[in-house]
Amino acid sequence: MSAKRIRLFMSLIALLGSMLLYAEAGDGMWLTRVPDKQRARENPFAGQPDAIAAGSKLFRQNCATCHGSEAVGTKKYPNLHSEQVRAATDGELEWLLKNGSMKNGMPSWSKLPEQQRWQIVAFLKSLM
Amino acid sequence: MEQLVLEKYLFARSFKFLGLLACVAGALAIPRRASAQENYFVTYTHHMEEPGNLEFATKSVTGFPGAGNAFWGNAVEMEYGVKTWWTSELYLDSQTTANESSVFTGFRFENRFRPLLQEHWINPVLYAEFEDINSADKALLEVVGHDGIEDFLGRNDRSEKKREVELKLILSSNFKGWNVAENMIAEKNIAGEPWEFGYAVAVSRPLSLAASPKACRFCRENFAAGAELYGGLGDRYSFGLHDTSHYLAPTLAFRLPSGPTFSISPAAGLNSNSHGFLLRFGVAYEINQAFSRLRGK
Repeated sequence: MSAKRIRLFMSLIALLGSMLLYAEAGDGMWLTRVPDKQRARENPFAGQPDAIAAGSKLFRQNCATCHGSEAVGTKKYPNLHSEQVRAATDGELEWLLKNGSMKNGMPSWSKLPEQQRWQIVAFLKSLM
Repeated sequence: MEQLVLEKYLFARSFKFLGLLACVAGALAIPRRASAQENYFVTYTHHMEEPGNLEFATKSVTGFPGAGNAFWGNAVEMEYGVKTWWTSELYLDSQTTANESSVFTGFRFENRFRPLLQEHWINPVLYAEFEDINSADKALLEVVGHDGIEDFLGRNDRSEKKREVELKLILSSNFKGWNVAENMIAEKNIAGEPWEFGYAVAVSRPLSLAASPKACRFCRENFAAGAELYGGLGDRYSFGLHDTSHYLAPTLAFRLPSGPTFSISPAAGLNSNSHGFLLRFGVAYEINQAFSRLRGK
């Protein structure tokens, strides 16, 4: 194997290694990372019964496995009837759904359209 | 002699039946499952498998080359979310060609890594795959180099081994309900052949962005429609569109709530080097927290 190929191979290994380290070293404090503009966003579906029902359905389909069908959490995943969720703004919760908190095992739900994420937020807020 | 053949036939039939029974029993024994959300056949997006979830899927393609025999290529896929930023997949490829034979053609093992842990305008994902397939493979999971219809005209021949490394740069964005994804593909047969290149771009959107408040199977939010464009870009020594094949394919996916996802994509070849028509179809079924269930947690 030529020196050039070895250098290329080592660079690739270093790139992958640093990527994995970066991924593991997330700060875990998702609330501090929410931009102010996003924090202030209002839920277009806030308090609407249809949106809450739709959000409940989406929650059961996508979130209940980890957070439980009553959103009270499971062994590894948090209870959503918590002070932190209660205190969070709608915009912060939607940001969390969109971005996830990957270091803590919360995946990004950007695959759901924004409207559906707002419907889930409406449902979560209805639990309080 | 006839009895031996009959016994072999019955054994094969019973084996298939038992396999089918085991699959059905396994699926029924697992009460909760999520729906897979893949809208494309060739193009990857930045959406990763949720950690702990295991998805089983089949991706099939049928083609009817005028100067050759019709074929059905199939890839069985097992995709596991290792971490939120790391997804691992194993594919088992096989094919059936009319008037010829059905053959197992090899496996592929791939990993996808998402280096940026937040959503951005463009979200990159790094993809690395090792594949050990043979020259009879017709799964058509990507088109690279000078791949074309002539590869499908000869009789099934498994004599040539293809041990290949494939790298992809996946770029993907979500905007107002639309997903737009671009893949740049580089593939190399490690037996010393040159790097081959390809591309895939795709766009899709759910038919409804907001969910219906009622439980429903056929409401619009469960359907996603889109299109894919993919093809080869030559190799290291002859990069470009010359002697390459390209396809344009509308896609439709139907996600059964808490059930499988069905998808279909008729593809039209865009030049004389391409198949005139390919029909792709797939089924995906996702098991939530698969290994936690086995451990009883």
